[in-house]
Amino acid sequence: MIRLFLMNLLLSFIWVALTGSMYYTNFVFGFMLGFGILWIMNSHDSDQRYFFRVPKVLSFILYFFVQLIKANLQVAYDVMTPKYFMKPGVVRYPMNANTELEINLLATMISLTPGTLILDISEDKKTMYIHVMYLNDPKVFVREMKTGLERRLLEILR
Amino acid sequence: MIDILIAIFSTIGALAIFFASLGILRMPDFYLRLSVTVKAATLGVGLLLLCAAILFPDISVTTKAIAITFFLIITSPIAAHMIGRAAYFTGTPLWKGTIIDELAGMYNKETHELESNPQNKEEITAENDQIADTEEETK
Repeated sequence: MIRLFLMNLLLSFIWVALTGSMYYTNFVFGFMLGFGILWIMNSHDSDQRYFFRVPKVLSFILYFFVQLIKANLQVAYDVMTPKYFMKPGVVRYPMNANTELEINLLATMISLTPGTLILDISEDKKTMYIHVMYLNDPKVFVREMKTGLERRLLEILR
Repeated sequence: MIDILIAIFSTIGALAIFFASLGILRMPDFYLRLSVTVKAATLGVGLLLLCAAILFPDISVTTKAIAITFFLIITSPIAAHMIGRAAYFTGTPLWKGTIIDELAGMYNKETHELESNPQNKEEITAENDQIADTEEETK
């Protein structure tokens, strides 16, 4: 897993060094080239997780940015117009994430999305208290979060 | 092509920062102000730095922009979390339109520990909750 990633980085650095242009598009191209080479070389290995995980990470980043822009538009609309459309509330959110790294990443992702703000995490690291700007039903919010952001994040990390 | 990309990204970034500053004026209570400001400002600064990285075909500018964005993304949620927690703990009232407050009564006031089980919480009535009764309380 980590060995393949380092090998992929090494291949892209070799590509950058050989072509001689230190521009990031060239680096990205080298990374993709190295990814393809490693995939062909390791196609008979039993451990294929790395090759499925890299596209998953990319799709997660895309999904996160789409969410970020959607939420930003909603907040911007509410700031601009004179009437308030928001229904704020503090929600108890039971987490599936249990290690420190998973909790940290989940909290960062939730905090970076506009409209949601982490207020605190309980002492036994099982629940999170989130301040939400657009809350219709706490149960619906928790379910959407569980099947959306958290499931995608845990798929990458586990 | 690059010009158009830079124009789009820098416009969105500047608008995000503008809405964040407008949000400080418009939002009715402390938590909403915090919520609006931190994220939009992060997005705005990130997009403006991205424009700088695209505009200058220099590797040192790109690495600096990536480093600044990275540290901004890892530090600003922590700052927002700490400010929000401190505000809740010291009893800053929530806006009167707040529909639910599940954090009320979950803190142990002596040890500052936070309970996760809703059965163990203190009794909360309409008089001692943190949701404000009037608009003036949260101004």
